[in-house]
Amino acid sequence: MKAFAQLFLSLDETNKTNEKVKVLKDYFNTVPDTDKMHMLALFTGRRPKRQINSTLVRNWAIEASHIPAWLFEESYHVVGDLAETMALLMPQSNASSSKTLTEWIAEINALNDKTEEEKKEWLMESWAMLDNQERFVFNKLLTGSFRVGVSQNLVIKALADISGLEPAVLTHRVMGSWLPETYQFSQLMEEQDAAANISRPYPFFLAYPIQETSEKQKTPAEVGIALGDAADWQAEWKWDGIRAQMIKRGAEIFIWSRGEDLATEKFPELHPFLNGLPDGTVIDGEILSFQNGLPMPFNVLQTRIGRKNLSKKILEESPVAVIAYDCLEYKGEDIRYKTQAERREILEHLQAETQYPEIFRISALIGFETWEQLGSIREQSRAMIAEGIMLKRKSAAYQVGRKRGDWWKWKIDPLSVDAVMIYAQKGHGRRADLYTDYTFAVWDGDKLVPFAKAYSGLTDAEINKVDYFIKRNTIEKFGPVRTVKPELVFEIGFEGINKSTRHKSGIALRFPRILRWRHDKPKEEADTLESLKALLGE
Amino acid sequence: MAKKPLLEFTDRGIYCAQGKFYIDPWKPVDDAVITHAHADHAYWGHKHYLAHHLSREVLLYRLGEINLQTVEYGETVLKNGVSISLYPAGHVIGSAQIRVEYKGEVWVVSGDYKVENDGISTPFEPVKCHHFISECTFGMPVYQWKPQVQTFNEINSWWRNNIDNGLATVIVGYSLGKAQRILQNLDLFNGKVYTHGVIENTNEALRRNGVLLNPTERITQESSKEEVRKGIIIAPPSSVGTPWMRKFQPYSFGYCSGWMAIRGAKRRRAADRGFVLSDHADWDGLISAIDATGCECVYLTHGYTATFSRYLSEIGFNAREVHTLYGGEEEDTSPQPSSEEREPETYDKSSSEVSPLGGDLEGEGGIS
Repeated sequence: MKAFAQLFLSLDETNKTNEKVKVLKDYFNTVPDTDKMHMLALFTGRRPKRQINSTLVRNWAIEASHIPAWLFEESYHVVGDLAETMALLMPQSNASSSKTLTEWIAEINALNDKTEEEKKEWLMESWAMLDNQERFVFNKLLTGSFRVGVSQNLVIKALADISGLEPAVLTHRVMGSWLPETYQFSQLMEEQDAAANISRPYPFFLAYPIQETSEKQKTPAEVGIALGDAADWQAEWKWDGIRAQMIKRGAEIFIWSRGEDLATEKFPELHPFLNGLPDGTVIDGEILSFQNGLPMPFNVLQTRIGRKNLSKKILEESPVAVIAYDCLEYKGEDIRYKTQAERREILEHLQAETQYPEIFRISALIGFETWEQLGSIREQSRAMIAEGIMLKRKSAAYQVGRKRGDWWKWKIDPLSVDAVMIYAQKGHGRRADLYTDYTFAVWDGDKLVPFAKAYSGLTDAEINKVDYFIKRNTIEKFGPVRTVKPELVFEIGFEGINKSTRHKSGIALRFPRILRWRHDKPKEEADTLESLKALLGE
Repeated sequence: MAKKPLLEFTDRGIYCAQGKFYIDPWKPVDDAVITHAHADHAYWGHKHYLAHHLSREVLLYRLGEINLQTVEYGETVLKNGVSISLYPAGHVIGSAQIRVEYKGEVWVVSGDYKVENDGISTPFEPVKCHHFISECTFGMPVYQWKPQVQTFNEINSWWRNNIDNGLATVIVGYSLGKAQRILQNLDLFNGKVYTHGVIENTNEALRRNGVLLNPTERITQESSKEEVRKGIIIAPPSSVGTPWMRKFQPYSFGYCSGWMAIRGAKRRRAADRGFVLSDHADWDGLISAIDATGCECVYLTHGYTATFSRYLSEIGFNAREVHTLYGGEEEDTSPQPSSEEREPETYDKSSSEVSPLGGDLEGEGGIS
């Protein structure tokens, strides 16, 4: 644990990418192989199962800290991280544990069949064995909130430097479901990949936005200058659903979401078509809800994502289908090296063979001769229930991660309203102890009705100013939430708007965010609920 | 008829009606008693100032020609029958708690303070009183300082490491207090200490005041960049990210502040290294200091006032938040533009805009 705690400390002690990579390499070069795999699992979002629920951990931490529960909560709001709060509040310790990360995780996993009493005893003893920094990472292991401020790319880069393997190869090898207990470091490092698991997905290729700030739209002429001959490009609608990779191998099927969650059971409608695919096929596509052959807005799909059990009613109300974008594996061969045009042909061939064309759809190509023409087609995106247009270079291979150059998303402008901030809450992580999470309202007669929460969009300097305002203009406090004097007006952007029975305002927004602070607008000039509802288009 | 309290909170500062003087007022008044020379406690524009001897030169440097009377710790000044005396606050050199007594009733205004002996400020001394007006900048239990020797060991080994790796070393702390505390604790066997002009001006003022400081060299146009890069540079928060600092690249920059105790706060400041070093009392320090006064009532002016007063009340103190005057809890936990940024070479009188005392905006406010 000492080495793992030191890894955290060292990563915290630098902002420079090269130094972080060096720190990661030093770690890999000093710890046993099993620790390496556990670290890799943690840094790629594979945390151990939570063996003690966080309320219990919290309660026992309060006990160990000798402070009242309310003060613990207040402290948590200041620190913005539970594991760190607990570590800071416990009495100082100079103990230190020589157990390895692997041993600690094994102990945590062994709690599975223990009684609450036994768990408590183990936890209190464990805390007593660790110093403050070790406690912090130990608490992170326990509570499972493992955001470390180091991207997977950096870890991959460190491993690539050590092994001489390509980062893209390693990215692929750490995809999918594997357990640090059984996946060996030596397998990960092999020249030839022998450990391939039939469920393993490929890394997703992600598009870069054409306009990076929503304020400035690129004209078709500018797009033309940047991307060249329109004939070199394939255009499709950009659908707003769940990006997924669907695998048929060894007579089994797997559906992976972009967040690397295995979601096979969540989409039973897709099983027949997937089972019908030839063995050794991998398809990249978007899962959407459909009705009468038309895609439905994202919020319809959203209602079934969170459900544990898919009732008959949900399956009827929100049936899904796939719009396929690409084919990554065909007849057992990784065909990502082939050109977009070649892969498209294979995809079209597969789709033509399916017995389920209503479920296995294909992303239609948009015919266009010039960028101006495509620009005007793009204007119809909202009517198509699309977010804009995707551009793919016909000669490009399917790459790893978000890369500039060959895939671009050309989204339409967000919708927007001017709204008044009325509630605020403190943020987490680097925004700890700062009011950064705001609730916005629009006018309904002479009342302000909350309709959206937004967390992002302001610069650090603006956040500081808003925070300063909030601390001096609080009307009431409800736990961590403050009611703020309605005064500040912001332009809120969003991708879509839908009716909602769960919200007081009767509407729900897709991806609300702050576009800018309207210093020029008094609160009286903010928009109304009526004008928002008009955007529902009914 | 309810007796008027000896000290009251007004929109100009803490006021003693009987003695007709203010303590740390932020609007111009006739008679001001100053706890210490930080800009948010020592404003420009008063007709008469009373402070500790060791604040003299810094006050004159910062505020220009002022009518200033200075006294020793423990010395008594009488104003209309009210006796005023200063006691060490341990916050920065020359910082004082103000003890006010009239007809046997004693009030103490803490200003800013810390209980650890930093080796350079006169150490904090608890003063018995009936009413104690205290800061609580770090009045949350997550703030617990390690002994400073540990932090300075970290700083010195970081400096050595930078030398080994060919990096310049820039250490950031505000110019009155933190800068000298750092200076006196650096391992001079590592190399020479260079200072930003704002910090050297304060050093010079303190030296004029008879304070013995380790040798420093002011960085000027003529300074050899190569030589400077071999030493350590002490710089104010306002210099972070400026072209002035960038010219020493490649460097590692460390930030010294109590806020560095929290990872999020450290990440926000994007420092290479955050060193937990504060001139304010930590959680235990505040409680022990308040307890030592034996006061009947404690008033909390700035910091996490709401949380801290609630906790103090629960453990048996008569604690009050001073809402109206100082703006409420967590006043200055946010990185407001620090007064350091309002600290030009010569004091800009137009910049003394009204700001609540707001605790140590100057130091711990950090970089925005």
